[in-house]
Amino acid sequence: MSSLLVLLVLFSVCTQAQIKPVKRKVHHTGSPMVRGKIVYNSICLACHMADGGGVPTMNPPLSNTEYVLGDKTRLIKIVLNGFKEDVQINGQTFSNNMTPHADLKDRQIADVLTYVRKSFGNKASGITALEVKKVRAANKK
Amino acid sequence: MKMKKLFIFLLPVFAVAGLIVFNACKNAEKPTDINAANAGLTLPEGFSAAAIAEHLGSPRHLLVTPQNDIYVHLAGTKNGKGILVLHDEGDKTTLKTSFANFGGTGIAIKNGYLYASDNTEVYRFKLNDKDEIIDPAQPEKIVTGLLSRRMHEPKAIALDNDGNIYVNVGAYSNICSDYDHNKTGCPILDSAAGIWQFRADKLNQHYGDGIRYAGGLRNVVGLAWNQQDNQLFVMQHGRDALHDLFPQYYSVHQSAELPAECMFALKKGDNAGWPYVYYDWMQNKNMLGPEYGGDGKKAADPKYINPVAAYPGHYAPDGLLFYTGNQFPEKYKNGAFIAFHGSWNRAPEPQAGYCVVFQPFKDGKPDGKWEVFADGFAGPNKTPNGASHRPCGLAQGPDGALYVSDDQGGTIYKITYKK
Repeated sequence: MSSLLVLLVLFSVCTQAQIKPVKRKVHHTGSPMVRGKIVYNSICLACHMADGGGVPTMNPPLSNTEYVLGDKTRLIKIVLNGFKEDVQINGQTFSNNMTPHADLKDRQIADVLTYVRKSFGNKASGITALEVKKVRAANKK
Repeated sequence: MKMKKLFIFLLPVFAVAGLIVFNACKNAEKPTDINAANAGLTLPEGFSAAAIAEHLGSPRHLLVTPQNDIYVHLAGTKNGKGILVLHDEGDKTTLKTSFANFGGTGIAIKNGYLYASDNTEVYRFKLNDKDEIIDPAQPEKIVTGLLSRRMHEPKAIALDNDGNIYVNVGAYSNICSDYDHNKTGCPILDSAAGIWQFRADKLNQHYGDGIRYAGGLRNVVGLAWNQQDNQLFVMQHGRDALHDLFPQYYSVHQSAELPAECMFALKKGDNAGWPYVYYDWMQNKNMLGPEYGGDGKKAADPKYINPVAAYPGHYAPDGLLFYTGNQFPEKYKNGAFIAFHGSWNRAPEPQAGYCVVFQPFKDGKPDGKWEVFADGFAGPNKTPNGASHRPCGLAQGPDGALYVSDDQGGTIYKITYKK
């Protein structure tokens, strides 16, 4: 029941779709917020919406939730592993699956999570590529 | 230098102008005012709407009895009850009673019984001669053990005139990719993604007691028995994410518009083709799905049925009603109203749907282009989370009025017509 649904569907589809390895451009310039927004728009927005509001009963919102604002490790793992459980956020249950996005580079994950943690009314700290790298390494064990 | 001075001089002007613009935007974001004319809805000339109940929670499907009682099925329970009974007093309602310890979507009346479903079972309650529940605490379980796996869970229902009940079992997958890795055939079709037929008067029926009446239907929420054709019509929710999964074949815009949301007129044994095919309403063609070798151009195997009408992508048809009343103008008679819950899978393009559509019919078949009948439910913020109201269920009153439920804001709208 918990774990986060946070970036549900990054990449494509919150709806249990398979991922074809489509090459996506990696952006190297700009601030983490600018680069993070580019990743967000191409991968997360389809399900979590432009305002991070999500879709009632399906795709969870990304604002004002501990899943986004709280433990960074848990949040990074959701992006790496996807999410396939019902999750309750602010009294509502959300149940669409999120596909894993381990294909993203450490820095892309750091950028997009930094963007999410500082957007939609969120004011949490950023996430670094090094933090993602560590979680990814531990995740593989 | 001069320019700079001028700019500084004009700064307060810009600031005031900015404030005005800002406030104007803020005002535009006020939720739909249900006290406004027509409860905030826009309708064809001669029609009016009233919000006859509000804040009900999440009302899904509903029906109206000849005595003007409205049975409303809530998605969850409210104070432990999943079905509300409201009495319609014209422009308002009073809560008569509530019952059923289960929430759900499906609700229907036939031959002295009220049928209602949750996500895995179908129950029925015996009615008295005023269409009131005799024993609300003792429903009979008609169907049990239907699959419900966290996606497309609601079981909508419809009954025919021969003692059968039809129940949808939605696919617990967008396009079966998690279950058909080698593309050898989707293995979940034997028990999901179709319409099952059961007897309306037999208790405790499982899958094995019913028949898979029609398959290859990804998810159906709006369905209705057409009395003119004596045939089941269903609205399918089409697949998501053509562009996200296959950017080489589908643009962002195509992915927003495709595939069509389809109306099917079903016969026993029909296969609508999910997950192998989808319907392209712009090309008017049933297409081979990209997971199974399609590329946006290859047509589907003709063994899969075609829809009888098609609508833009991701509108999410949640309610279907054939209008048989006498209150509305003649053109509406025997035509179909469709409640489109509204999209989420059109992002980054603007979301759409969030309206009630009228589909003209002639001789029991769609005839002519559909038109938006009632709009304005969402209010200024047409997003799944930001919409004030989202149409879901449809019902016809004994006097021919049309009732629309809204499972986002909890409103019941009543739409009437005066010459």
